[in-house]
This record gives sequence, C-alpha cells and structure tokens, in this order.
Amino acid sequence: MNSLILAVIGIAMVAAGYLLYSKYLGRRVYQLSSSFQTPAHEFRDGVDYVPTNKYVLWGHHFTSVAGAAPIVGPAVAVIWGWLPAFLWVTLGTVFFAGMHDLGALWASVRNRGQSIGTLSGKYIGARGRNLFLIVIFLLLLMVNTAFAVVIGGLLVSTPAAVIPTWGALVVAVLVGQAIYRWKLNLVAVSIIGVVALYSLIILGDNFPIVLPETVLGLSAEAFWVLVLFLYAGLASMLPVWVLLQPRDYINGLQLFIGLGILYVSVLIASPQIVAPAYNTAVPDGTPSLVPLLFVTIACGAISGFHGIVSSGTSSKQLDKETDARFVGYFGAVGEGLLALGAIIAATAGFQTLADWENVYSAFNEGGAPAFVDGGASIVNSGLGLPPSLSATILATMAVLFAATTMDTGVRLQRYVVQEALELAGRRIGTVPATLIVLAFGLGLAFSISADGSGGMIIWPLFGTTNQILAGLTLSIVTVMLMRLGRNPLPALIPLIFVFTMSAYAAVVQMGTFFADGNWLLFVLDVIILIAALWVIIEAINAMTKARKAPLEVDESAPVERDPDRSRER
Amino acid sequence: MTAGGGEHRSAAGKFVAGLREFYVAPYRRTFARAQRDEDDLFMMIVLAEMMGVPNPVSYYTVELLPVMYDRFHEWHRRMGMDHSPLDYFSCC
Repeated sequence: MNSLILAVIGIAMVAAGYLLYSKYLGRRVYQLSSSFQTPAHEFRDGVDYVPTNKYVLWGHHFTSVAGAAPIVGPAVAVIWGWLPAFLWVTLGTVFFAGMHDLGALWASVRNRGQSIGTLSGKYIGARGRNLFLIVIFLLLLMVNTAFAVVIGGLLVSTPAAVIPTWGALVVAVLVGQAIYRWKLNLVAVSIIGVVALYSLIILGDNFPIVLPETVLGLSAEAFWVLVLFLYAGLASMLPVWVLLQPRDYINGLQLFIGLGILYVSVLIASPQIVAPAYNTAVPDGTPSLVPLLFVTIACGAISGFHGIVSSGTSSKQLDKETDARFVGYFGAVGEGLLALGAIIAATAGFQTLADWENVYSAFNEGGAPAFVDGGASIVNSGLGLPPSLSATILATMAVLFAATTMDTGVRLQRYVVQEALELAGRRIGTVPATLIVLAFGLGLAFSISADGSGGMIIWPLFGTTNQILAGLTLSIVTVMLMRLGRNPLPALIPLIFVFTMSAYAAVVQMGTFFADGNWLLFVLDVIILIAALWVIIEAINAMTKARKAPLEVDESAPVERDPDRSRER
Repeated sequence: MTAGGGEHRSAAGKFVAGLREFYVAPYRRTFARAQRDEDDLFMMIVLAEMMGVPNPVSYYTVELLPVMYDRFHEWHRRMGMDHSPLDYFSCC
C-alpha cells in the first residue's frame, strides 16, 4: 500500500473527528458556552490566569503534549503490522484522546481552573489526591528513565546527532541571553536560533562523535544515560530563563518544522509500505497484541499526561470556553498526526520487507532508531537531502523532544517529592529533592539492565501508568457528566476500555517479569496494578454516588450575563 | 510582555505578539513566583525591627513602611492569616 494513501485516510479520519465528533461533544456532552466566564477572565491576574488567543494557546498546548512518546510508541508498535497501530492511533485520537483532552480542559474550566490532582480530590474522594500523587510519581519516574534510555540509544545509533544535541543547549542559552540581556528582536532571534540549530545538525553530520565501547567502565549507552541524568538534574535547578524557556521555545518551532519536513517528504516521495498490514510472523517473545498495543502506543492515541497540561496551564488561559474544542481536541489531533508520521516512517521507510524484518527482529527493537532510519530514507527521496543528513535531522528532532520532556520531568518530579514529603510533615530543599529524583531515575535505569542500556523494557509499563492517569481523568469527567445528568457514555466507554486494557496489560507484564526473574520491575508492576485497581474502585464508588445524588444545575445556563465581560477583551 | 496583543495591529504585528506570547507564557508563573519570593525577602528586611531583629539601615527602611502596606496585606492573606500578625503593623 502506498503511504500517501494511508496518510490521506488518516488525516481525513482525524479531520472528520474534529469537524463532527468534537462538535457533538462540544454541543451535546460538554455543552460549551461562549458566554461562560472562563477562569482566565474571572481570576485574571496577568500571571497564571491570562486570556490567550486560541491559536497561540493551541501552539503551547500542542508543543507541551507532543514529545518523543508519540514517535517512540508507534515506532515500537508497528511490529504487529501497520494496520493495528494505524487504527489505534486514528480511532484513539478521535474517540479517546480528543475526547479526553477536551474533557480535561472542560472539567478544569468549570472548576475555576483547578488541576486534575485537586479535581480527583473533589470528585473521586478524599483519597483521590494521594492516589494522584502516587500515579504521577510513578509516571514521571518512568518517563525520565525511558527517555534517558531512548536518547542514549539514539546518540549511539546516530552518532552524528551528538553535536546538535549538546550544541542545542548552547543555542538555547544564547537565545535566552539575547532575549533578556541584549533585548534583541524575538523574530530575528528565532530565525538565528533555528538557523544555528540546523547548522549544528550539518556540523554534526560531518563530525559524528562515536564513543568507545566502554567509557569509565560503562557501555556507551549507559554513559549517555548517566550524563543525561546529571544534565537534567542541573538543568532543572537553573533559573528557567537561562535554559529551559528558550529551549522549550526553539523546540516548539523545531516541532513544526520537523512535522513539515516529514509530511512534505511523504507527499513528494509517497513510498510504498513494506511492512505487513498485520504481522503474522512476529518475532519470538513478542507479547500478544491485545492488550500490549494499547499501552505501547499511549501518547498519540490517549495519554493521561495531556490531562495534566490541559488542567494545569491551558485551562487558566482559555479566552472563551468554546475555544476548548480547538485547543483541547485539535491539540490531540496534532499529536495523532505526529504518531501517524512515525507509523509511516517506521513502515514505509525501508526498501524491502526483509530490511524491515531485520530492524524489527524482536519486541522493543524498532523504536526511535527505526523511526530515524525509515524517516531518513523518506526525507532523502522526498526532499533530496543526503541520507545521513536526513537521519541526523530526525534523530536530533527525537532527541530534543525527549530531552526537553526529561528536563521538565525531573523538575516536576522534584515538586512531587517535595509535596509528598510535605504531606508527611517534612520540608526538603531543592538540591536534596533533585538528588532523590536522580537516585530513583538512575537506580531504575541501571537496575533493569546492569549497564542501563536495555531500559526500553519499561516502555509498556510507562504506557500503562499513563493510561491509568488518563483513566483517572476520564473518571472525573464521567462523574461530572453524571452529576449534571448528561450522557456519560462518550467518556464512560473509553474509560472502561482504557482501564481494562491497562489493568490487563499490567497483569500480562507481571507474568513476563516474573518469568524473567526481573524482580524490581515485578514489584513496580505490582504497585502500578494496585494503583490501577484502587483508581477503578474509587471511580466506581464515586460514580455510584453521582448516580444517586440529585442533579446539579449547569451554572452556565444562559440566564444572566456579567456586563463587565464584554469590556474585558 | 502582556498577553492578548492589541486589536488594532497589523497581521504581522499580531504574529509577532503571538510569537512573543509563545515565548513568555509557559514560564510567566515561574517568574512571578520568583519575584514574589524576592519581594517577600525585601519586606522581611524592611519589617525586621518589628520582629525584634536589629536593622542597621532602619533610618532608610522606615521610609518604605507606607509602601509595604498593600504588599504586607497581600502577604498575610496569602499565608492564610485573616489579620496582620504584627502588633504594630495593622493593615486591616
């Protein structure tokens, strides 16, 4: 099958989802009202609560939720063939992710911009908040570990990416200085920054840096994992304007450029998909498609992390409630398109089926390097860039996504550690909290495989935790819909599906870890499963109560309008 | 640096304003927090003598007391105290 047809069908599906299903959700289910006073107006303070243009807000929302995960997940999951991954990404985006992200945004907007953590305390029960802290801690732990391993792997498989990866830090620092110290024009700085980044990519392509087999007694990959954690620890403690802010910004621009390069190349090259639609000859040791597909592709189909972004920042900046459809649902569509691009790169970027099977020789063998290899040959034939340069561009793109997520992940996990210890009655400073975070991350990375290089084994576990978090958010949305007496099925059906698949996946993986004698991951998996069951029980409890409770009145029912509202724009 | 952008600007102006918003918005809260911490520290120095801490520059800081009124009020509300905790500094 031609990949262009697949791209067109996929884009048509998610576009239809946006035009039709999100319209239905907005009108009938969430009943978004353009006259509802959003928290951005009600609590406008110029800091957290700022009414923001919906396109700018979408840009933020999309770049915050899109990272390396929608690339890695699909690139691993095509081992079952392209059709299952394609269907889960497209249908998942339409009926799961879009609905979930929009729902989280709506839930938060209707609750004074409160976060999912606070809302779980309010709608799920008093224990909801602790539960949320546990789930988010596990999620961040696995995000940081998995991404460090992904980057380490990419830096070894594409050594040309080493210079742009670390050079991007210098570019970011200079951008920060240019903006705040030298007060230069942002447009000029953006152009110079992007040009500098691409110059570094060309430089790196000419001077690949290959580490020796072992560095300081560690394998090359393990050495990069160690360096990455030390870097992320330092970066998370620096003032944000120095590094993180310009880095996020340049990365955001790079995301749009990278997506553009990928889709334009597919359009011009329109390569044939060599991978089978449904792979009947999966390598030995590949777990069963059900349920593992649904946790391997987490981001790109449905991801709990989006709920954190939706309720944490986007909800406080929504100008009109009806903008939620564009920001929340279309944000998910953007991420779905990134995942679709990854599927095409990892299935159509190879010359023959044998080449493809060589790369996908075992479960978790594809992943980011397969995306880079496959994508590079598509970019090569589409835009005519040399193969090694194309590979460097895509590897740098994937590394930068993963690294920015890691920076933020380490920072967020530090807050979680501090908050958890505060609940236990202790206060802890920035440095010790960061050290705890690094100890956990490095400990996990190095204990799953002695040299820290086989860490992709936790990828499905990361997906499982992410889905449980999504389940928690969907439970909140369902309870809210029930209390308002609206049709809860658009949230309830995905909720049941996601809970079933993630709990089932946790059980399946538990068997694998037990058989392999991988006790650390076994214990981690048990904790995740307990957390999942706990969330399910609390959610059922809350829903039973919500069904019996008298209906709440929708406070936005168009009765009286605040006359000041019109002046605020 | 403020949000929203003007309504009378050209398309290019709007684009630049949007780009700037794209740069500053995600970290606005972090900056505001950091500034608040610095301001709190400064306020503590100005109010040092009321808390029994000798202040070698009180000759200068006493002039700043009136400026501190609003900020102090905001601070004790933020700290969960309905009224001023200092006997000689009652803002409400």
